[in-house]
Amino acid sequence: MSLVSIQHPLASAAEQLRVLGRPAHKPFERALEECRLVPFTATGIEVLQINVGKLCNQTCRHCHVDAGPDRREQMSRETAELCLAALAGAAIPTVDITGGAPELNPNFRWMVEEARRLGRHVMDRCNLSVLLLPAQAGLIDFLAAHRVEVLASLPYFLEQQTDAQRGPGVFAKSVEALRLLNAAGYGRPDSGLLLNLVYNPVGAFLPPPQASIQADYRRELSRRHGIVFNSLYTITNMPISRFLEFLLRTGNYDRYMDRLVNAFNPAAAAGVMCRHTLSVGWDGTLYDCDFNQMLSLPVTGRAPRHIRDFDLETLVRRRIITGHHCYGCTAGAGSSCGGALA
Amino acid sequence: MAGYYHREDLPRFPDIGKNAPELWQKFSDWYGAVFAEGALSEREKCLIALAVAHAVQCPYCIDAYTQAALEKGSNLEQMTEAVHVACAIRGGASLVHGLQMRNCAERISM
Repeated sequence: MSLVSIQHPLASAAEQLRVLGRPAHKPFERALEECRLVPFTATGIEVLQINVGKLCNQTCRHCHVDAGPDRREQMSRETAELCLAALAGAAIPTVDITGGAPELNPNFRWMVEEARRLGRHVMDRCNLSVLLLPAQAGLIDFLAAHRVEVLASLPYFLEQQTDAQRGPGVFAKSVEALRLLNAAGYGRPDSGLLLNLVYNPVGAFLPPPQASIQADYRRELSRRHGIVFNSLYTITNMPISRFLEFLLRTGNYDRYMDRLVNAFNPAAAAGVMCRHTLSVGWDGTLYDCDFNQMLSLPVTGRAPRHIRDFDLETLVRRRIITGHHCYGCTAGAGSSCGGALA
Repeated sequence: MAGYYHREDLPRFPDIGKNAPELWQKFSDWYGAVFAEGALSEREKCLIALAVAHAVQCPYCIDAYTQAALEKGSNLEQMTEAVHVACAIRGGASLVHGLQMRNCAERISM
């Protein structure tokens, strides 16, 4: 069940910000000051990350989007067209489509086709099980035909941990979907069809070193299931939405925040994804990242706040909005949609 | 002795250096070097530490190395096997002393 559906107070971004704003920890901005990273600004826009909605066929326990089958927020065709129009006028090389399960948006395939027509690299943040839905027949062939990079969530190479986070039966479906992707050429050497997996901790702890856990995944998924993939990215769980609810309910919040704050890594901070990404919400609002989007913290200053007003020159120099949650991206080896940073 | 150990004490471990800072510094440096990647990986060292933590029954070490082992990518199957290794050595160490018992009994018995 999503937090929205059970009318949980943490369904509100304001309540999340209230919890995160407790003065128990050093403000993130001060951590940036201490490593001379203020003013903290974008360095470019290499990735346009488009969140096409909160609808998902899964209800993962850590989801920072609070996505689920009950959510109805979906990017309209009109807003999707505005995104493509912005892309057409700007040299942004990569389009990262996320959700929810982005494939469930009725405009998903159109957006992929149009972005590819513009010559952009397209990434699909895929939960794997969506590929098995009868309504999504032909999706893998479509993704392969358009050379879409698939970033597939798989929090661990074992069933127990995966199902504990993503729901009963999800691991088995994920394995089946990965086999279908492999059969279509995804993850195979020299196919050019990129299949990258995403690890995130199943609990209140930091990810392991990316190279180390990638080697485990490669060995175990091959040995147990005959599955191959290109790379594994490690992502830290952000203390927002459902994971924040988990932290508070289990009494882990303060200890987890201490862990993140104490593991602040200036090298990771310098390279966080918000500095080269622009995030678009389902309604066209612009954010520095998907996490700020879920906390209702749109871009600020002179930068336009909606994709209809997209202006590369202003956005590329924008100052980034930060908060305590940003420690999630700067802890240890760092975390981004493309994995570890340092 | 309920409440003798407190989770919030673990981050205060460095307080032990207040009256012997040089010894604490030497311990900290050596400790860090021990757990650095070497002939054994950091993950292997974490699993050894977790097993030893159970053998010496240190609640702080159990908390610290459970978290550390998970953060090195170990899973509960591996961590449970590590704890069994510690238990096997502890149990075996008791059992093998049964030979002392047998030697003694033979020595004094008809």
